[in-house]
Formats: sequence, C-alpha cells, structure tokens
Amino acid sequence: MSNNIDLKQGLNIPIEGAAAPKTRTTIKPDIVAVKPTDFRGLLPRLLVREGDKVLAGSPVLADKVSTDVLFTSPVSGTVTEIVRGEKRKLLEVRIKADEKQEFVDFGARKVNGLSADEIKALLLKSGLWPAFIQRPYGILANPQVKPKAIFVSAFSTAPLAADLDYALREEYENIQTGINAVSKLTNGSVHMSFNGDNYSGTPFHKLENIVSHVFTGKHPAGNVGVQISHISPVRKGDTVWTISLMMLAAIGKLFNTGHYDLSRKVAVTGPRAVNPEYVTAVAGMQMKSISDFYDNSSKDVRFISGDVLTGTNVGEEGFLGFYDNQITLIKEGTEPELLGWAKPFRTKQFSFSRTYFSWLTPGKKYAMDTNTHGEPRAFVLSDVYSKVLPMDIFPVYLIKACIAGDIDKMEKFGIYEVIEEDLALCEYVCPSKIGIQSILSDGIDLMLKEMA
Amino acid sequence: MIKGMNSLNKIIEKMKPTFSEGGKLSFLHSTFEAFESFLFVPGTVTRKGTHVKDAVDLKRVMIMVVIALVPCLLFGIWNTGYQHNLAFGLGWGFWQMVWYGIVKIVPLYLVSYIVGLGIEFASAQMRGHQVNEGYLVSGMLIPLIVPIDVPLWMLAIAVAFAVIIGKEVFGGTGMNIWNPALLCRAFLFFSYPSKMSGDTVWTGGLTRFLNEGTAYASGNGLVDGFSGATPLVHAGEGIQSLNAANISFMDLFVGNVGGAVGETSVIAILIGAVILIWTGVASWKIMVSSVVGALAVGFLANALATDATPYLQLPAYYHLVLGGFAFGTVFMATDPVTSAQTETGKFIYGFFIGALTVTVRLFNPGYMEGMMLAILLMNTFAPLIDHYVVEASINRRMKRVKTA
Repeated sequence: MSNNIDLKQGLNIPIEGAAAPKTRTTIKPDIVAVKPTDFRGLLPRLLVREGDKVLAGSPVLADKVSTDVLFTSPVSGTVTEIVRGEKRKLLEVRIKADEKQEFVDFGARKVNGLSADEIKALLLKSGLWPAFIQRPYGILANPQVKPKAIFVSAFSTAPLAADLDYALREEYENIQTGINAVSKLTNGSVHMSFNGDNYSGTPFHKLENIVSHVFTGKHPAGNVGVQISHISPVRKGDTVWTISLMMLAAIGKLFNTGHYDLSRKVAVTGPRAVNPEYVTAVAGMQMKSISDFYDNSSKDVRFISGDVLTGTNVGEEGFLGFYDNQITLIKEGTEPELLGWAKPFRTKQFSFSRTYFSWLTPGKKYAMDTNTHGEPRAFVLSDVYSKVLPMDIFPVYLIKACIAGDIDKMEKFGIYEVIEEDLALCEYVCPSKIGIQSILSDGIDLMLKEMA
Repeated sequence: MIKGMNSLNKIIEKMKPTFSEGGKLSFLHSTFEAFESFLFVPGTVTRKGTHVKDAVDLKRVMIMVVIALVPCLLFGIWNTGYQHNLAFGLGWGFWQMVWYGIVKIVPLYLVSYIVGLGIEFASAQMRGHQVNEGYLVSGMLIPLIVPIDVPLWMLAIAVAFAVIIGKEVFGGTGMNIWNPALLCRAFLFFSYPSKMSGDTVWTGGLTRFLNEGTAYASGNGLVDGFSGATPLVHAGEGIQSLNAANISFMDLFVGNVGGAVGETSVIAILIGAVILIWTGVASWKIMVSSVVGALAVGFLANALATDATPYLQLPAYYHLVLGGFAFGTVFMATDPVTSAQTETGKFIYGFFIGALTVTVRLFNPGYMEGMMLAILLMNTFAPLIDHYVVEASINRRMKRVKTA
C-alpha cells in the first residue's frame, strides 16, 4: 500500500436514497439511444438511416474530425428514429432492440500478443475508444497521441454513486484484461487510485500492471481529476487520459469475448426511488424501463442520468448516458417557501454552512429536491469554495477568468487541471447560486476554440 | 399557517402578470420581484449544473450579520439613554434610558433604510436587475457607527453618497471596492467637519441643548464638569487622562462610555464575533490578524515611550477596547466583498488594518479614530495583496509542475 493522500476539503452531500447492494432485475432493452451529446468535442457524422438493421457493435456514428473513432450500437435491432434539436443538431439515434440480442464478433484475442496499434484499431472499430476521456478539457481522446499516463479511480465518492466494489465485483478478470490492453497505449503507467478507508476490502487492490495510489477524504476525493492533481498535475502541453473502472471492464470483455457489451449494473438512487437497488442494463436504456422504481403520477420527478452534481436531466422518456452507471430520481422543487431564508430552523433542508442548524444532525439524510433555494447573485463570500475543493487552485479566480474569457488567466489559474465535475461541489455550496459548471464549460469551449 | 401561506402565494401569483413584461406596471417588476423573493424563497429549480443546491443563500448570509449586530444595537439603545442621563444628571431608571435610546435611534434607522433601499430599488429598476440584499447589512451598520446627534439630513446625504458612489456605480453588491457603511461615515466626517468633530456630537441631545438651550427632558442643564469627550480623546493624552476621567479598562470593555452608537461595548461586539465566526460568515483570520497588528504597533509604541510622550505610554491592549477598533475589526474589516479574498491575503490585510489604526491614533492627535481610514485604505489595497498572493501561488505551482 502506497502513501495515503488524505484530502481535508470536501463534502459528502447527505441525500436520501442510496441503492442497497442487491440487483433487482435485468432490464430487457426495448428502445435504446446512442447520444452524441454524451461526448465532449464530438462532431457526429451519421452512419445509419431510419429502418436500418444493426447488431450490438455495428457503427452508428463517426467523429467528423478523427474519422476512425466510431460509436456503435449497444443492442441489435432496428434504427427507428433520428432525433434532432435546434439547428438540426443531432441528439439521439434511437434503436428498437430485437427479442434476441446478436453481437458483431470482433474475435476474442489474447492481449499479450497484440501491439499497441492492433489494440487501438480494435477499440476504434468496436466503439470502445470513447471510453477514454482526454485531459485537459475532458474531451474524446485523440487516437494520434500517446498520453503521458492513464488514470483510473477505483472508487466513487459522488452523491449516492454506485458502489464499484459491488457493481463490478464479477468483472475482476475483465478489468485486468482491460488494464493490460490500455497500458500498451501509454508511455507512462496506468495509475489507479483506491479508497484508503477500504483499501484491503476492495477486490481491486490485487490488480496488476498498475501503479496504485490511496486517497482518503470526502467527495471529490474519488474524482479522477482531483487524484491526478495530487499524483502528477496536468501542465500545459501534457495529455493524459482517464477511464472508468466500468469501461475497463467493457474493454476487457471485448478482448475476452469479442463482443461490444455495454451491459452494466446501474444503481437506481435518489429520494424519489422506491426501494433503491441495482439493475442490470445497457448504456442507452430508457428511463421508462425502470418504472417499478418510481411513481411519477404527478409529473414531479426529475430523471437524472448520473448523480445530482454532474448528471444530465434526461426526462422520463430519456436515456442512460454512455458513461453512467447511476440513475437519480429526485423531486422537482417548484413550491415557493414563505420566508424560508428567515426561518431559524428549516429541518428539512441541508446546509454545508452553519447558517442553518443541519450541523447538529450530522448523520441525517435529506429528501433533497431541485429547488435553487435562492436567486443568483454576484460572488460575495470568498472562502466557501476552497472548503470543498482539495486542489491547489483558486476556483473563484478561475471562474472569473472564464467569465471574462481571458485565456492567459484561465491558463494561469489552472484550466488544464479541472473539468466540470471537479468544481461541482463549489457550485452546490455557492450562496450566490452561480452556475459554476456551466461557466467553466464555456471557458473550456473557448480554450478548445482558441488553442485549436 | 399553511393556508395563510397558500392564499398569500395566490395573491402574489394573481399580481404577477401586472408586473411582468407587457403588464400595466411592468416598469416596477424589479420592485415586485424583490418583495416576492423577500416573502418567499422562490420555486425556481436548477437547470444546468448541479441538480440540488445548498439551502444557504445571500439573504441568509446577510440576515446572519444583522443578527450578529443586534447585541450592539441593543446595548447602543441603552447606552444612548445612559449617556444622556449622565450628561444632564436626570436620575433616570433603566426603561427611561431605553426609551430615550429608541427615540433617538429609530429615526437614524428610518433614514438609513428609506434612503438606502430607495436608491437600491431605483437603480435595480433602472437597470432591470434584481434588488440585492446587501443593503440589509449596510443599513443596519450605518446608524451604529455615526454619532448619535448627527443631523438626519446629513445622514441622508451621506447614505445616498455611500450607496450611489460606493456601490451602485460599481454594479451593486459584490462589485464594490469600499465598504459602503464606512464610506458613509467617512463622507460625514470629511464633508461636515465642523459639525462632526469636537466633543459634542457623541452624547444624545447635547447638540440641541447647546444650540437651542432645550433638552429632551426638562432637567437642570448639563451637570458640572461634563465634557462630552470620548475615551479616545482622553486616551490621546495618555493613560493618566483616562484615569482622571474615571474611565477604566472594564468600562471600555463593557461599553458604558461615549462614542458612536453601536461601537462602545466590546462585550456586545464579541457576541457578534462569535456568531459570525461560528456561522462562517466572517473570517476569523482577519479579526485575529487585526488584533495582532494593533498589539504589535501598540507594544512598539510602549517600548519607545518616554514621559514626554504620554500618548505612547497607553498600554497596547487599551487600543483593542477603545473607539471603533473592535467594531471595525469584527463587522467592517471582515466584509467579504471589500476584504482580501485569498486566505493568506486575509492575514496580511487584517494585520495592516490593526497596525494602521493604532499608528493613526498615536501620531495623528487631530483626528484620533484611525479605524475608519485604516479599513478604507486596506479595502483599496486588498486587490493588490490578493494579486501578490495569487502570483506567488501560481509561481509555486509552476515550480511544482516542473519537478513532477
């Protein structure tokens, strides 16, 4: 066990509805969607038309810039609908799944005998290349570069996140194969970070071919970006890749079985989830297919693919994202509250600050909803943000640089080191209700445009 | 309660179209929204970014400062009556003193809030912005840091100056450089020095008595030997002068002495400090370093003092309880908008406030109260301090990255 890095700053948001470690059902795919919006930096080119037959692993989209990056169908079936938004932006390719699932056979391979180029070619062809996320900026990985290193977080601290030890415990062999494969794509190593509170309890600490690191602390200690900044910070000109444990398992499966298999254990969580538990489902599954987990008769449930800090509001008709293994169901908080801010006690509300009294009940969980609890204002308090950000950057300065669109300052204040998820807690605790992730997102887009 | 809330909400919903775009009174929509969001935490939901948000908002933060100021206000009410009683030798009881304090202080608050909020609403309306809650605190602070006998029309002009030049021209709460409440006091002192300086404005009713010969209560006129000088003035002549005026350290700590309305009682201020630090609204770093700065210069002066310089002999710790030091340190220096933003910067910023305050006190006998000027000066320099702290951090990051 290597040195433990103890992160003091952070916050575990006490929200109700953690999934019990039980798997209720396997969701039989009905309509699934491939969503170009899951991938930052993708300019999609459509490869199918409505009515086309596809197998699990058949290409559906390609990237217009790196044309060999393919996005493939998670199921076998028929393309039923191409959904476009404003300015004909491609949003979804909907596929009706067949009764019986058939896979494209990419051929099971032994990783040891394969060269880096062969591995890369297989990942690109099968649609698993997008499993890599490239830093800086959190974009699709560029197949032309060799990253300095590859980083994996073996635990998640996000609110109600799936417990990876449970969700992936049957995937040990696949994960090992995945590590062996991706380690050939970097000059450096595959760095994996473990939770120091449960280091010996997790099966994954026995994985080989990795450099392990140990972190303890509250969220965002499990965020790979935070871990990178403590292991080997991203500087200007560096490129590193990150990949989730779940995606390593999918890559391992590809080499072990020859199939593009995006099935995963998905944690169905949140205050509005009835008996929150896990289900087995594929990426792109529709929210409606977990209808026994919720009651949306009054149309007040928000369906989030992902967690409450960084997930996407997809709606009841929406679909699970490519990278997500969690669904959060929470209530839309549309009711005004009389003199809410002036009440001495608001026992149903949680606050990280001590201006309310939730610090008196540290173990309590809250049925949080989507109310903003106030209106947007200018930055006023300066020290709340660093209390939840265990990184050596000044978040307020970075965000102000993003607002100003000042490239030099964004660089100086650490834009290379962060993506939205790393500053999500800053946004959560912000008393001025500033959309920090969205501002950072615009800043990153500006960097991508200017530095291209 | 719930029913009342629902019907109130219905009324507001009914009124909304009138004030929304296209409605008859749409030009008042900022005002309407301000009242609506004052009454209700609005039912808006998150759109982009985090789906849940912390319960705290700026209204809550501001109301915490207001609550922290309440002990100072209550003590100020009593002390105003007590000082008046002392000056005129009225032999009043507790409630008479409190009543006198209320009569004197309520008009200050009316002027402060009516003028200040009026300008806030008008400028929000003009720009189509929302009304910010920042003035809740400034409006609470201003009457506590002015002399009790300040003419109301002067106060009105000073408040208008502070809000317009101190805040609105910069874009409102969160954008200003100087603390608006201190700017208000600075405006008063520099614009009306003949009325604002001297010993007679600090005791309630004294100005009127000296001008018109009438007092609030029919008494025997001023008691013999009454000077009206504040402890700070005595302190300028050294510890002997304080002793001669029968003012002990304990008196200064408790606060039953002359001075601006809310600044005299260190006990009341400490209660506020505990609330602010515990809730995390104000920075303990600034408070502590300000005290350290004051003591450092104070002890240095003590070390250099000779009998020819009695004002240097004043024990350093007296500076902590004299004049506006404690009040300024706890409530004004810590204003999160105008203070340093970086954690290291806060220590530097606070230290200089304390050090400068005592320096002014010791070497500028003409105008003893250094706190106001020290804070305004350091407000000006706070961005510079932050700049160097941030640059140092960036350089350190660069080095760290090179060795990695």
